[in-house]
Amino acid sequence: MFKAIVSRLALGMVTLLAVTMLIFAATEVLPGDVATAVLGQGATQATVAQYRKQLGLDQPAPIRYWRWLSGTLHGNFGTSMTNQLPVAQEVAPRLRNTLFLAAFSALIAVPLSIALGLLSAIHENGLIDRGTNVLAVFAISFPDFFIAYILIYIFSSRLGLFPSLATLSSGMSLAQRIHHIILPAVALTALVTAHMMRTTRNTILSEMSKPYIETAFLKGFGRIRVIVRHALPNVWAPIITVVALNLAYLVVGVVVIEVVFVYPGIGQLMVDAVSKRDLPVVQACGLIFSAVFVSLNTLSDMLALYANPRLRRGAR
Amino acid sequence: MTRSKHKYRLTPSAALGFGIIAIYLLVALFAPWLTPHDPLASLGGAWQAPSRAFPMGTDSVGRDMLSRIIFGARLTLGLSLASTVLSFVTGISTGFLAAVSNRWVDGALSRWVDIMLSIPQLIFALIIISVFGSSTAVLITTVGLLDSTKVFRLARSLAKDIAAMEFVEVARLRGEGLWWIMRREILPIASPPLISEFGLRYCFNFLFIAGLSFLGLGVQPPLADWGGMVRSNAGAISFGLAAPFFPALALALMTIAVNLVVDWFLAIHARPSGASAEM
Repeated sequence: MFKAIVSRLALGMVTLLAVTMLIFAATEVLPGDVATAVLGQGATQATVAQYRKQLGLDQPAPIRYWRWLSGTLHGNFGTSMTNQLPVAQEVAPRLRNTLFLAAFSALIAVPLSIALGLLSAIHENGLIDRGTNVLAVFAISFPDFFIAYILIYIFSSRLGLFPSLATLSSGMSLAQRIHHIILPAVALTALVTAHMMRTTRNTILSEMSKPYIETAFLKGFGRIRVIVRHALPNVWAPIITVVALNLAYLVVGVVVIEVVFVYPGIGQLMVDAVSKRDLPVVQACGLIFSAVFVSLNTLSDMLALYANPRLRRGAR
Repeated sequence: MTRSKHKYRLTPSAALGFGIIAIYLLVALFAPWLTPHDPLASLGGAWQAPSRAFPMGTDSVGRDMLSRIIFGARLTLGLSLASTVLSFVTGISTGFLAAVSNRWVDGALSRWVDIMLSIPQLIFALIIISVFGSSTAVLITTVGLLDSTKVFRLARSLAKDIAAMEFVEVARLRGEGLWWIMRREILPIASPPLISEFGLRYCFNFLFIAGLSFLGLGVQPPLADWGGMVRSNAGAISFGLAAPFFPALALALMTIAVNLVVDWFLAIHARPSGASAEM
């Protein structure tokens, strides 16, 4: 098992390296280059050459890739093209905000969806099961921002319970911060809960037709005990996989939600940078999002290996 | 064989889904004849409440919301259709190619797709848009090519199973070329799951493009799709006005309709056909 987990980790690292290459290459295919794009068509040859040199664009691509990558690994993401500030300085506080929001949402979403999934499985075709099913259909069909606006409309505009803009400032206490991020956190929870909840329910129910479950029933145990004590331990692996997948999705869903609530996070920063075409900032944000995404996927596979004894032995 | 006629009988929910899709398509096709007002003309105050003259009220600069939604249908439906078609043409041809060619081609294509899929799709799209800027062509190509990775995976796994069957082997021995095998032997059998996937991918791309427009990085003004309309009217929410809900509801209704049809189609094709010995 140890070998399988280590090789999965290695695969994750290789993937991450490939992702850095792809992100670097994507910003390389720009017709002309960054210098002409920033300075505009009217710039003289000399200014462009000077600026290219300043950005290090006169070097061949592999060298620039290596510089960019080693800089990134040391936490140096280059300089923003719009305000000449170090990108890292701009990204760091926003990354903390985003992680705060994402972690808070995950803390609500994961226990909630597993509990609801369990309840729906225990009361199959009951009221809770049908209710969660309908909610899941809605959550999947509605655009991300729609759910967020419905929440703002009801809880902010109509009831006035929470602020519609989730702005954070440095002087705020933890309670104030949480009060500000409740609505975006609920919106994010709604995005990811449906899938986790239905998968929990479905994997448990598909386990229920196995002979050992029948044996447990014949022993006279109740449905709740059979599900929680007998079925659940065997379906942890798929549940962990889908939870990690949805956490990865949550990290991406954060982009739209941050824009809706004008939350000072890295998603908002990236969207702004894209519309200003500030490539170093876009690269840095893209890299962070991808790194989190790849890490969560790798982690989920490793946990699934760990949780499932059959996978442990069967892994190459 | 008489069964096959009844196979496609509509369930009520599928009929509802088809009905909504048909209405959307008709609205998109006949937009100029259906709009009560000029979608670009400012006719009243901003965010007026729905009234007889403006059934869905007015938008942020006093244009008729209903007329704008009707014209927005063309862009919203058209862009996602174009990118989904691009996605399927690319995804199916590369997926089938990977399945029928040697393991080097298969390995190279599969690893490439693995790497593409390890960057979140929205983030990837944002990077591409930051490089090329946002135009209709960039939007369709970006969404289509990113989505084709998922079609590739499905098409490849379907074709792998089919390519192992005897009739494909016979075709190979007969000396048919790769293209012929892909088109005439594999495609017909892989079609049902691919068709239902088309519906799901269409929904996904539809919401994806709407999301990009909502972020201000998709369809650019003066053109407006429904996602962009939600964005430009979002300010109304803080006044307790419902203006952005109309385009958002238009998006949600379409997604639900396509999902209803896909569920119906999947239910038909998941049924055992009777020919399988295993069942």
